[in-house]
Amino acid sequence: MVAVHKLFMDISKSNDQTVSTSLKKIEREIIGLLEMINDPEVPVLSIIDLGIVRAVKVSDDPANESPRVQVTITPTYSGCPAMDVITMAIRMTLIQHGYTNSRVETVLSPAWTTDWMTTRGKEKLKAFGIAPPNPTQQVCNKLFQEDEAIQCPHCNSYHTRKISQFGSTACKALYQCNDCQEPFDYFKCH
Amino acid sequence: MNINSDITSTDYEAPAYSGEMLAAVVEYILRLADNALILGHRNSEWTGFGPILEQDIALSNIALDLVGQARNYYQYAATLVNRSHESPWQRLATGKNQVSEDVLAYFRDAPDFRNCLLVEQVNGDWAKTIIRQFFFSTYQFALFEKLSFSADKIISAIAEKSLKEVTYHLRWSSEWVIRLGDGTPESQLRIKNAIAELHQFVSELTSPASYELFLAKYNISVDVSKLRNAWQARTDEVFNQATLPPLSLSAKQAFGGKEGKHSDQLQSLLNEMQIMQRTYPGCEW
Repeated sequence: MVAVHKLFMDISKSNDQTVSTSLKKIEREIIGLLEMINDPEVPVLSIIDLGIVRAVKVSDDPANESPRVQVTITPTYSGCPAMDVITMAIRMTLIQHGYTNSRVETVLSPAWTTDWMTTRGKEKLKAFGIAPPNPTQQVCNKLFQEDEAIQCPHCNSYHTRKISQFGSTACKALYQCNDCQEPFDYFKCH
Repeated sequence: MNINSDITSTDYEAPAYSGEMLAAVVEYILRLADNALILGHRNSEWTGFGPILEQDIALSNIALDLVGQARNYYQYAATLVNRSHESPWQRLATGKNQVSEDVLAYFRDAPDFRNCLLVEQVNGDWAKTIIRQFFFSTYQFALFEKLSFSADKIISAIAEKSLKEVTYHLRWSSEWVIRLGDGTPESQLRIKNAIAELHQFVSELTSPASYELFLAKYNISVDVSKLRNAWQARTDEVFNQATLPPLSLSAKQAFGGKEGKHSDQLQSLLNEMQIMQRTYPGCEW
């Protein structure tokens, strides 16, 4: 099984002899398809941007016309209500593109972290008006009242304050900018 | 809930438990699941009734995390039960239907539940809900820190995942304890009343049941009596900041939840939570 971040590197190198070139090409195509699937709760982010796709594995299946496709995903939060929808969307997208022999698996460990979000994903979030997650740092895991410096996605000021640790979805907190006064969502580092 | 999601299908195979070991592991996992589900359900009763919108959302989010944790543990418990003909929970299987997370959540009766008494206590006012959450999150944080290293790789994966969420719950409830304790005379009175009412349920959190001690020998569970100091230290720290007197556990303590002896508060919760599945078994939406 090839972890996705590693797969991205492999694509540029393409020197892995263990997987046949045609299967690798299919893996690459599937990652492209997964990039078109958006998180239903933060629709500017694809599931690749979000970092929840952990692996894509394609293998020959002699018993089937279509190669066997296995996609491994991990939830952001334990109770994330989007997981079932995302699983279904992956299956449907693959079927639409002729991959009828697929399986979507969920793993819990290692636990998802916002550090897996792509740089492009963070840029998209900011353009959408959601402050992207800070890199995981000491303060994220501290238990007590140490606030992070969160940049306002509208005016770029760091002079902001937390309204609530819990926002419109489990992955977001609610902030307000003290300079431009705009309230905004912050995608919590996790 | 969706019975198709099966976290045990990948990466790690469930260990081949049998006999006494299997029974103890299932009991233990159900206990972890029941604690999360019951408190999650209690918190969800606040949805739409929170004192202000942000806190309504906060408690609903915490409820969502807890129910999600419960699902993960129930799915694992169901997998183990279905592998064993000797498990007493096989009696819940009907016809072709195997035991599932939904069956475990909706078709067990109050004496089958293993949750601690603290989490089933009714919401009361905001201060009581806060203290209940604070006592429980302090316990759950200390527990999951240790359980992340369980010899059972599925138990440890769920604990590792949940710990990140519990960190937020603990931070949020700690801040509220301080805000109420160090607030107005009214808010301080409320939180003192809540502490007086709920502190009888504290000792049960860190009193191990027989199956917990048994599994601790194999490093599958945690001997919760070893969490007592961490729990007390955290509580002292927050109560001190909240200008509240240190918590003393001299008063009479209540036990029994881990063995299925519950207050009637659990029964009334279950009546509401289980009614749809019991009226229309297998219904989905």
